[in-house]
Amino acid sequence: MKFFEHDAKKLFKRNGISILEGHVAYSPEEAMEIATDMGCPVALKSQVLVGGRGKGGGIKFADDPDEAFEVAGKLLDMEIKGEKVKHILIEEKANIQEEFFLTVSIDRSSKKPIIMVSIEGGVEIEQLAITNPEKIVKYHINPLEEFLPYEAREIARKMGVDSSLISSLGGIIWKLYNVFDKYDAQVAEINPLILTEDGLIAADAKLEIENDSLFRHKDLTEVNSFKTKEFAFVKLDGDIAVIGNGAGLTLTGMDMIKLNGGNPATFLDIGGGASENTIKKALNLVLNHAPIKVVFLNVLGGITRADDVAKGVIRALDSSKRKINIVIRLTGINEEEGQKILEEAGIPFEISMEKAAKKAVEIRNSLVE
Amino acid sequence: MILLNEDTKCLVQGITGKQGSFHTEQMLQYDSNIVAGVTPGKGGQDFQGVPIFDSIEATKENTNVNASIIFVPAPFAKDAAFESIKHLDLVVIITEHIPVHDSMEIMAYAKDKDVTVIGPNTPGIISPKVGKMGIMPTHIFSEGNVGVISRSGTLTYEVASQLTRAGIGQSTCIGIGGDPVIGTDFPKILQKFEDDPGTDQIVMIGEIGGNAEEKAADYINANISKPVVSYIAGLTAPPGKRMGHAGAIIEGNVGIAESKMKALEKAGVNVAKKPSDIVELIKNI
Repeated sequence: MKFFEHDAKKLFKRNGISILEGHVAYSPEEAMEIATDMGCPVALKSQVLVGGRGKGGGIKFADDPDEAFEVAGKLLDMEIKGEKVKHILIEEKANIQEEFFLTVSIDRSSKKPIIMVSIEGGVEIEQLAITNPEKIVKYHINPLEEFLPYEAREIARKMGVDSSLISSLGGIIWKLYNVFDKYDAQVAEINPLILTEDGLIAADAKLEIENDSLFRHKDLTEVNSFKTKEFAFVKLDGDIAVIGNGAGLTLTGMDMIKLNGGNPATFLDIGGGASENTIKKALNLVLNHAPIKVVFLNVLGGITRADDVAKGVIRALDSSKRKINIVIRLTGINEEEGQKILEEAGIPFEISMEKAAKKAVEIRNSLVE
Repeated sequence: MILLNEDTKCLVQGITGKQGSFHTEQMLQYDSNIVAGVTPGKGGQDFQGVPIFDSIEATKENTNVNASIIFVPAPFAKDAAFESIKHLDLVVIITEHIPVHDSMEIMAYAKDKDVTVIGPNTPGIISPKVGKMGIMPTHIFSEGNVGVISRSGTLTYEVASQLTRAGIGQSTCIGIGGDPVIGTDFPKILQKFEDDPGTDQIVMIGEIGGNAEEKAADYINANISKPVVSYIAGLTAPPGKRMGHAGAIIEGNVGIAESKMKALEKAGVNVAKKPSDIVELIKNI
């Protein structure tokens, strides 16, 4: 679960990290009011969850309240990488002396949290890794041990900052790790952390809580209106809907469609042990999605029972207003029962995934555009 | 066969739960050596003749158990995993949706204790000759000399059923799990298959996300002499989207299928374009 910058900053502040003072505006009028109250110049930052906001033109400045009104209007009209800007964060424009980069994330291969920091702030870490990899300091944390302030100071020292900054910078690194740890974060990041005459301040904040930990953070999920999903669904730009049980099998279903010259319209993983109702819901989702011309349902039941799948298919097709071509591959647990149910309903099915994928593409190609 | 063999004596953590009881029955039907179950508060009872104990320590006082399979729900799985790592040699964590921060702690502890953890979020291990510690449907597996390792459950079933139908049996099939942080990565399993006289060929099934396959390729190049056939799922997956498994996501330039396939080919691995090619490639070795 990702946090908007202003929400992340609230949590950072609560944990002792200084942030720039700011307020959220939902309209140009509010932006004008805030700019008047705060005093100009101000920074106006669109609040979106996608990355690359700066490059996408989502951060602007205003020298007076009228300009804040005008700029806010433009920002609130914007889309950044497909995400509509619904609110903006207005902050005092800081007087920046230096910019640093701090991030804590999960290193999959070492199976440990990793702190990455750099004296070069403001740029993307991926970019820095290419241009100046020697300027990134990396430090792994032992998940079974407490991370101590002296370790954080040592990281700060290795960044190459002035000795006068080591205590305060180390303090922020230590606090940022504690935020990461306390909220079960996937990533906790400050980029840039700026040095001003008032000290070190988080000018940006990124926080993503790992989804499987949300049950421990109910207080935060309510703020963010997060919903757990019944199945894993990703919309793609083709016209053959791919549904499968299990991530690997569904991915392979997509690949087989492509291999035969087709284009997948969905990745829809119904997971393990899907009920009749889940199958029906999954099918309804794609049946009502206009660009889809053919549905490829690929099930090899392990925990998922083939007879439940067959029943769900029949219920979905019966209740669907749109007539659609569907190619079904159905094998695995209770396959005889499932196949018999389909046969009796006059619905054809395949045993082989690859044959079924080929057939789905052939049907798609036979349709008149 | 590897990991799960004639000497494996397994207990079930969470044996009285919905998942635990259903799959214990399935494992027993497949003649797996299930010696006990653990559910705190239900010690002294039994499940289909399998004695239940209150703790693993109590189980060890009464049996010669050396392995565990965990069905305990995610919020309590860390506790269960630590208990089994302290006392046993092999731990299979079936549970899905364990917080990654918990998984990091579990794996650090397992490393300290030098215990093999498989999973979490895995279908488990099956050695068709002796049984299973897992939730996979058994009829698609058969006894033989091909070792299978995979990050995906249902894709393992797909490949195993195609192998079985082609008359090619398996020594051991292992799902290493679909989570970002898992106990045992490809290299350790590859080495076990390399050292196992009952395995002649290895099938490795990967998917997008992370760099486990690239690291496996390096390992194969340096250490594995047995023929390896591989398939990577997700050639058509878009970047930045979580594709079902928490670990199956292309982040920046990391985790792309092409990079994995290229690395494996460079290491001399036969990379299949589709699952059915795996059967052909194995036959042609």
